Amino acid sequence: MRRLFQLFLIVTTAVALAACGGDDAPDSGTDAASGRKLIVYSGRNENLVRPLIDRFAKESGIKVEVRYADTTELTATLLEEGDATPADVFFSQDAGALAALAAEGRLAKLPSGVADDVDQRFVDPGNRFTGVTGRARTFAYDPAEIPAPELPRSIFDVADPKWKGRLGLAPANASFVSHVSALRVEFGDEQVKKFLADLAANEPQLFDSNTLVVQAVAAGEVDLGLVNHYYALNEKSERPDSPVVNAFPEEGAFVNLAGVGILEGAEHRDEADEFVAFLLSQEGQDYFRTETNEYPLVDGADAPTGLPALGELDTIQAPLAELGKDLESSVRFIADAGLA
Amino acid sequence: MSRFPALRTAAALVALAMVVPLIYLFIRAFQADGSLLWSARMLQMTWDTLRLAVTVTLGSLLIGGGSAWLLERTDVPLRRTLGVAAALPLAVPSYVGALAVVSAFGPQGSAFGIPGLIGFWGAAVVLVLSTYPYVLLITRAALASAELTLESAARTLGSGRWAVLGRAQLPQVRAAVSAASLLSALYVLSDFGAVSILRYGTLTRGIFLQYRSSFDRSAAALIAVVLVGLTLAFIALERLARGPVTPARSANTAADRRVRLGRMTPFAMAALLVPTALGAGVPTIVALGWLNRDGLQGRGTDVLGTAAATSFGLSMAAAVVAVVLCLPVALAAIRRPDWFSRTVETAAQSGYALPGLVVALSLVFMTTRALPFAYQTLGLVVAAYVIRFLPEALASARPSLAAVDPKLTDASRTLGAARWSTARRVTFPLVRGGLVAGGALVFLTAMKELPATLILRPAGVDTLAVRVWTGASEGFYAQAAPAALVLLAVSALALIPAWKVSGSSPKAAVDG
Repeated sequence: MRRLFQLFLIVTTAVALAACGGDDAPDSGTDAASGRKLIVYSGRNENLVRPLIDRFAKESGIKVEVRYADTTELTATLLEEGDATPADVFFSQDAGALAALAAEGRLAKLPSGVADDVDQRFVDPGNRFTGVTGRARTFAYDPAEIPAPELPRSIFDVADPKWKGRLGLAPANASFVSHVSALRVEFGDEQVKKFLADLAANEPQLFDSNTLVVQAVAAGEVDLGLVNHYYALNEKSERPDSPVVNAFPEEGAFVNLAGVGILEGAEHRDEADEFVAFLLSQEGQDYFRTETNEYPLVDGADAPTGLPALGELDTIQAPLAELGKDLESSVRFIADAGLA
Repeated sequence: MSRFPALRTAAALVALAMVVPLIYLFIRAFQADGSLLWSARMLQMTWDTLRLAVTVTLGSLLIGGGSAWLLERTDVPLRRTLGVAAALPLAVPSYVGALAVVSAFGPQGSAFGIPGLIGFWGAAVVLVLSTYPYVLLITRAALASAELTLESAARTLGSGRWAVLGRAQLPQVRAAVSAASLLSALYVLSDFGAVSILRYGTLTRGIFLQYRSSFDRSAAALIAVVLVGLTLAFIALERLARGPVTPARSANTAADRRVRLGRMTPFAMAALLVPTALGAGVPTIVALGWLNRDGLQGRGTDVLGTAAATSFGLSMAAAVVAVVLCLPVALAAIRRPDWFSRTVETAAQSGYALPGLVVALSLVFMTTRALPFAYQTLGLVVAAYVIRFLPEALASARPSLAAVDPKLTDASRTLGAARWSTARRVTFPLVRGGLVAGGALVFLTAMKELPATLILRPAGVDTLAVRVWTGASEGFYAQAAPAALVLLAVSALALIPAWKVSGSSPKAAVDG
């Protein structure tokens, strides 16, 4: 009897452990009629990109499986998976993540010619990833509170005591870190360090995300928010009575990207190529321009309604390769200034 | 050699599964630049983490322990309703709680602004609200099965109310209270949602910033190793605080032995309701506000039913597996408290303070290499929940198992009952409350789990927590709100039966 009890304990434990291991077979895929399939890791929000991915699936007959999570988490996952990754394509919210994957040799070369029409500033020089859309850094503000002539012309103006306590920032956000990196390439480390110190002395209000910054502007909690351009537009489409609009700085302006890369050794390589081409097609670029208010990056494409054309923005022209190199120092500068 | 070879083998197997994340961490951390370990930044993060953990634990003890005492030892009315309500903040994801507190009481909050909320104090308040239900549920299960004869003896011998509390009640629930405090402290160590929104620099936030800024896995792993070090220190402290356990010979709950509150009744009810009003009420009102402001707009509500079923199924599976697996660990430690069983118990708890992302990445690392067929399956999600939350089941089950008097089981065996029959008719009724409370803790925590779910789920499988995140992460609050409300509702419904069973009198069960 006692033996039996002991045996039972061992068996239950083993079974329970094994059950955790994996009883459910992975979706082995009774695929769409064509039998073609594509696995996408998307660091971009489901609400923003799903309608377009659905369209791609419908038009191509390819069954698309998408794993949505934060860009940071997915990048770490892809690095841990190594060449065992099931992913074919990574659609990233920022360039830094793609650069980190490329540096680890996880990204394959894009099909030649697919990114030829993309503004070459936004294409990896090694052709391992390309920008899909641009996200301009802007000041979100309420025109009823600040008349246009008083707006900062240069990014450096917000370190002026005039803006003491009036600015909102999301300093841990990847887009702020990238912006700081771009400023370092353009103006040098010393000037950027000084700017960050002055900015910190100006007691900006810090937030966890760009969305919270824009909401703070809308609520009148801060007068000026340094964010990406589409947050004000999204706020407006969520709440039509929102007073928040964008102002584009003339000096130190920067356009970040959302981009895509194909994983080394992707099982569904042809489908992945098709997907990248679709994102850069007229249809794909139009979707982002009209539905998510992002800048298309293909030459000659219009800007989202009501926004200045990408060519008209006097942005930092730093090449992508330079920007991705040393994000860590940018993060350290931000922390050292006391903005983290 | 040993009286319980099978039990100890089973316990060791469980502990082995529980240290998977640690093995991964040490592999990664060895590749890191060791100078980070002694840097000013690491010291600062460690100090800030400790400060927060200690503050939150004290707060949780006060609120959770106090609530448990009010509910089990006084004649406060509407005990069942108040009890379920008081435990409800457990169902609120900490990032939702933090968002709600900021939007209600932030610098320009919709209610009124509280200066100094952002940072230490805000994080402390939000985390006390997330963790006091651990103390409440575990302490209350212990109080419900504690021996009242001691208390009545103390009273008969003329002890005052406070003396009864100090000499008769506290010693009996000391093990449970200390186990629950450990859970609170370790929860603070692992939390990311609250400290991120309230911008307080703990080690866990440091790990995320490390990934976010440079994707440096080794540096992140090194910070996580420090987190494991803190965990071991807290576990050692808890061993000291636990004290000897007084076995319960017979237990009986008699309403007439409850402290009469009299005119204090309204204050007692307020003390039970205020924390839950802040911890569950404010998030609910804020979420209703999001709905009201933005309307449903038909976005994402169609998948809520499926998401709710998925959340429920995964969390329930995790709760059952965690309770079953914690038994050999707890029993081995109780029956022969030697170095072996203590090591096994420590190992089983040592990963509890790790942030979900780290546990998820360790499972990515292990399964893609060793069990590729299991990768990105529902089974792996359940495994991740069990690995993350088994210490909750252990914290609740262990004190109640330890309180079973061996004389009772010996008597049953002497009277000729088989081992099984003894377990079923004597042991189980005595420990049922603790086990159910433990299962409820795992269930409710798993319902709101996000980072491991996001990474390990099969593509296209959504849980309620994922739906909340999908909406809230880009500011689509109108979409996040219904998911958050359904999450709260499902959790509340699950709490009702769990509350009843985990507090039921073991005596009634023995008689019946």
